[in-house]
Amino acid sequence: MKRDKVIGAILLVVALSAISGLALITVFIFREGVPIILRVGAKQFFLSTDWEPSLGHFGILSMMVGSLFVTVGAAVIGVVFSLGLAIVLTQFSPPWLSATLKPVIELLAGIPSVVYGFVGVVTLVPLIRHSLGGPGLSVLAASIVLGVMVLPTITSIAIDALQAVPKSYLEGSMALGATRWQTVTMVLLRAARSGLVAAVILGMGRAIGETMAVIMVAGNALDVPHGLLDPVRTLTSNIALEMGYASGDHRQALFATGVTLFVIITLLNTAALAVSRQRAGRRRAQ
Amino acid sequence: MKTSTTTIRAQGFTASFDGQPAVKSLDLEILPNERLAIIGPARSGKTTFLRSLNRLNDLSPGFAHTGKILRDGKDIYDADVDVAELRRKVGMVYATPVPLPWSIYDNLAYGLRLAGIRDRARLDERMEAALGYAFLWNEVKDRLREPASILSGGQQQRLCIARVLMLEPEVLILDEPCSGLDPISTAKIEDALVALKEKHSIVLVTNNTKQAARASDRTAFFLLGALIEVGPTAQVFTRPTQKQTNDYLMGQFG
Amino acid sequence: MRKLRVPPVATQRIAVGFMWILTTITFAVLVFILAFILTHGLPHVTWTFLTQSPTSMGREGGIFPIILGTLLVAGLAVLVAAPTGVATAVYLSEYTREGRLTSVIRFGADCLSGVPSIIFGLFGFVFFAITLRMGLSVLSGSLTLALMVLPTIIRTSEEAIRAVPTSYREVSLGLGGTRWQTVFYVVLRSALPGISTGIVLSLGRSISETAAVMLTAGSALRLPHSLFDSSRTLALHFYLLSREGISMPNAYATASVLIIAILALNVLAYALMRRFAVKAAR
Repeated sequence: MKRDKVIGAILLVVALSAISGLALITVFIFREGVPIILRVGAKQFFLSTDWEPSLGHFGILSMMVGSLFVTVGAAVIGVVFSLGLAIVLTQFSPPWLSATLKPVIELLAGIPSVVYGFVGVVTLVPLIRHSLGGPGLSVLAASIVLGVMVLPTITSIAIDALQAVPKSYLEGSMALGATRWQTVTMVLLRAARSGLVAAVILGMGRAIGETMAVIMVAGNALDVPHGLLDPVRTLTSNIALEMGYASGDHRQALFATGVTLFVIITLLNTAALAVSRQRAGRRRAQ
Repeated sequence: MKTSTTTIRAQGFTASFDGQPAVKSLDLEILPNERLAIIGPARSGKTTFLRSLNRLNDLSPGFAHTGKILRDGKDIYDADVDVAELRRKVGMVYATPVPLPWSIYDNLAYGLRLAGIRDRARLDERMEAALGYAFLWNEVKDRLREPASILSGGQQQRLCIARVLMLEPEVLILDEPCSGLDPISTAKIEDALVALKEKHSIVLVTNNTKQAARASDRTAFFLLGALIEVGPTAQVFTRPTQKQTNDYLMGQFG
Repeated sequence: MRKLRVPPVATQRIAVGFMWILTTITFAVLVFILAFILTHGLPHVTWTFLTQSPTSMGREGGIFPIILGTLLVAGLAVLVAAPTGVATAVYLSEYTREGRLTSVIRFGADCLSGVPSIIFGLFGFVFFAITLRMGLSVLSGSLTLALMVLPTIIRTSEEAIRAVPTSYREVSLGLGGTRWQTVFYVVLRSALPGISTGIVLSLGRSISETAAVMLTAGSALRLPHSLFDSSRTLALHFYLLSREGISMPNAYATASVLIIAILALNVLAYALMRRFAVKAAR
């Protein structure tokens, strides 16, 4: 009995250290980043496109827009492919095939970011440049590469969401004479809607946090992009590119960028959680 | 297996979850070498009472109790009671057989290994005795290393009984052990209980009044948390003293 | 004019056909990426390449110190994060009551597992490298990575632990087991495949990580002699070689080694996952 108490105490200490370590990061990032936002002025920081560290100008709007464009682009591509994959693997393929293909999708998730970026730079960027014009290093390139990178995330959550729909719903629909596809569009997707939305939100969260691949294919220009073929710099690229030589206010401003990212991603995660809880709540009410 | 002489007595025992009473002011004695059946409709506190006997209710959040449950005169809820020892001596079998995801051998040996007994010879010896008492020895003696999950439902439940017997308990408490089992497995378990009562006290909660009539010496009728009547099985079933007992047995409600 | 009605079966064929095309494209992309790297790189992955040190900034020579650096940084990270994370998960699920506090912690762990690695890099740089004076080193890098994978390990371990049926715990306690005995002999044993999968995947993530490593472990090409030496990882080396155009063949070769390592880890994780599923099905 006593040994039990000792072990319990050890576990408590370890757990507390782990949790406080993680809390420390949050506190730290905010402590380093928030003061400069206040000093420069929130409006100036978030709504100005003027990022000129040597002059003390810290406006991250162009990078926020950049991150937005690239994330939305990735989400569009990701959604189209992931949804197709998820539907096909759960509804229209024999079990042995989906069992083989699912781990292969997970493999996509394991490929390092730098490899994606490299392959993108060497194959995709010239392709865009030759066929569509522009420098090739563009919103489009970044969206495509990111879309492929978040595909496994969205797909696996989407598959879980689809498989969570009770079979009775599907059987009921088919018993009324609907084809499999009609069942999918009219019953399955609607029933799994909140899970699918959560999947997309989480995918966007991952896309917005991606750094290396984006640096390699997006061009990193500081202007607000006006079209798909314009080069773009995201919040993450900004931090990675400049951190190495930044100091003083400049470094603080990069931390502030980190704070911004942190808040955005936390909001996305909360949204995803709220959306999936909504589904659970609705189901319980039935 | 040693013969048990333990008596268990509930004295004014009330159990509640988050303020809602499940068992109200219970006075009930469990005698050595008897099979006591507890019958009653759902929500009458039968399972709650059973789980209080080995303090498994301690795990449920919001559990509180007043009154005592005396084991040979000592309240099992006293602060200095060794709960692990209590649970070894008051062995519980659950409604659904729960074989742990290991071999038959490891399932049976687990209880003793928890208590620090690892000697192979002792384990083997007890295993043969326990399986014998559970009427399972012949069916598994050559398959001890195989996963327990290959056994049928009835066999798994007898395995669970044997698993508890490995610890040489004094009291066996069984919570609807035959629900979901086919009649042949049920009969085997009931036969095992007859043999086991020679050396143990047995408390059997059952929803099946016919089983209670077949397989017990005394029967207690619970209704909505209260003990309505307790007496020799034959008497309770043929000449119940309480109207509620009579109504329940007649199928007026339940 | 009559409206054209496409029969439902035809619609289904078109839709499903379209989705199979999407699926094929997806797998084609995966195969393309792997083939692209491996065909350009494998020919250069020789024994000498793996065991020699790089010369002239990586233009020639091998990648031995980098392999070592990767093993040190990623290995140490997981060595620190795994027991800590599993212990935390055990504590959260087995030793505390469900309540406000545990939900908050769980939410926090979820959020942090989504935080981009660059932010961990920022933290690691200022906290470990500067404030704790560890400098750009293997130690800074691995501690940073440990913090990065910790939330994931906590969450996957917790999920694996919660997947163990309550009835198992009741049986163990009913047989006189203490809480720790139940956790150790029953819960952890059953949750082990799931927990290991999480750990293996975290190892993969540590090996792939570039931005955070760059900011905390530096990019030294020399063989690290102590934990306080700076070092370079495979992913970072690949990035620098390709970005600066130093040596394309070596870049491809480095990437090939990296990819093969990741593939091996993924196969391992998959095998462990399958054992998990098989046990749960019983």
